[in-house]
Amino acid sequence: MSNNSQSTTLADTHSPESKEVSTHKFLIHHKGDHVGVATSPIKEGEQVIGIFMDDNSEVSVKSRGDIPLGHKISLVDLKSNQPVLKYGIQIGLTTTEWAVGDYVHTHNIKTARW
Amino acid sequence: MNNTLMGYRRENGKVGIRNHVIILPVDDISNAACEAVARQVQGTMALPHAYGRLQYGPDLDLHFRTMIGTGSNPNVAAVIVIGIEENWSKKIAEGIAETGKPVSYFSIEGNGDFETIRQASWKAKEYVQWASELQREPIELKDLTISIKCGESDTTTGLGSCPTVSQAVDRLVDAGATVFFGETSELTGGEHLIAQRMATPELHEKFMAIYEDYVGEIESKGVDLLGSQPTQGNIAGGLSTIEEKALGNIAKTGTKEVIGVLDPAENPDNGSGLYFMDTSSAAAECITLMAAGGAVLHLFPTGQGNIIGNPIEPVVKITANPITAGTMSEHIDVDVQGLLSRQISLEEAGDKLMEVICRTVNGRLTSAEALGHREFVMTKLYRSA
Repeated sequence: MSNNSQSTTLADTHSPESKEVSTHKFLIHHKGDHVGVATSPIKEGEQVIGIFMDDNSEVSVKSRGDIPLGHKISLVDLKSNQPVLKYGIQIGLTTTEWAVGDYVHTHNIKTARW
Repeated sequence: MNNTLMGYRRENGKVGIRNHVIILPVDDISNAACEAVARQVQGTMALPHAYGRLQYGPDLDLHFRTMIGTGSNPNVAAVIVIGIEENWSKKIAEGIAETGKPVSYFSIEGNGDFETIRQASWKAKEYVQWASELQREPIELKDLTISIKCGESDTTTGLGSCPTVSQAVDRLVDAGATVFFGETSELTGGEHLIAQRMATPELHEKFMAIYEDYVGEIESKGVDLLGSQPTQGNIAGGLSTIEEKALGNIAKTGTKEVIGVLDPAENPDNGSGLYFMDTSSAAAECITLMAAGGAVLHLFPTGQGNIIGNPIEPVVKITANPITAGTMSEHIDVDVQGLLSRQISLEEAGDKLMEVICRTVNGRLTSAEALGHREFVMTKLYRSA
């Protein structure tokens, strides 16, 4: 961020009463989802903590790839052509076999629509 | 919240949060005259666009509805309409005049640009001086029509900025406001979730018919949405499938039932509450249609950083993406990246957005307004005759 931290800047996030910074590196929408979303960049081989947003419970996963912020990490082993859940709802089908910790994107998931 | 809201109550009782005098071209070839008037008379604004000639059928109907709706929007105090021919200029001016606001029309044929600009400038000066003395008065949230649409989505919109807007949508509907959402094709993969929220079986049927018609039209071109959805920006932001994008998109619509299904640029017909409007998912087209339907404030969650604005409807940008909040901060009105680091709760994010909504209503310029983003884009349904 640049020099725009004057008091009128609405884009000034952190309230003074900010809670302590947690150590999670990814978030999961719903218990039972097959993927989490990186909220910080994750390195291959890194052991990372994710938090389930619906019950605040934690899960720890060893990443099998470099995962940029906003991209997905697998929480399950899945065979090819299986439904993938996020938000507790199917978001597509696996196109390869998945292992826990895999980087998930267009190379191993596709829409179920077409 | 004890913020007093102040707005402009128009002749027909509708409430605006801005006080524009617009110079509205009926057609592409009248843009130059409108822009000349707006240069001559300070405080007025021309809305140039690309269409208005040889359109026919439903496409022409939509053109008129968008023109009349834009002039009728409560953020607009008065309107000058300029077209090449008298007939259509008059038709649009008469449609706008039903609101009771000042409107005059001018036609260029037989006069030329110079004489039209001369006459229109006199009227524009009269209108802008009149409008400059209008005063804001106390209003309530229930007086407002607010639209929502996200853009350059990524996974952070589904995690943060869309749920933040969702908080505001539920609070606004509870307060008696009217809210529009749209983006017909981008509901694909989650359209059943919206269909389930329709208040009546008739609305359910109407919604599904509109949805299937839109997607059928895309498929009739021999393509599927895979060519454009998710977009390259979406994919760079981590979205992998259209279903995943749709679920993030829908995460901004709140939890209320949908009490109306509107045609593009149509005014709500069923009192206050949440409405679906059939629109393109392209940001400028969508917001232009929603403003023509009467929306006075737009909430725009973004992930990778869409910079859209609208000439008459202020656009508030919300992001939870820490990279976008850092690299594109001049475009962002509400930063909720604390949702990703879990330093703020969703309710706190909702509070923060409501505060910005109130300040924007009361006159604070949005980032898009301050940066001069005035993307006025008419939706065209098919090629002209």
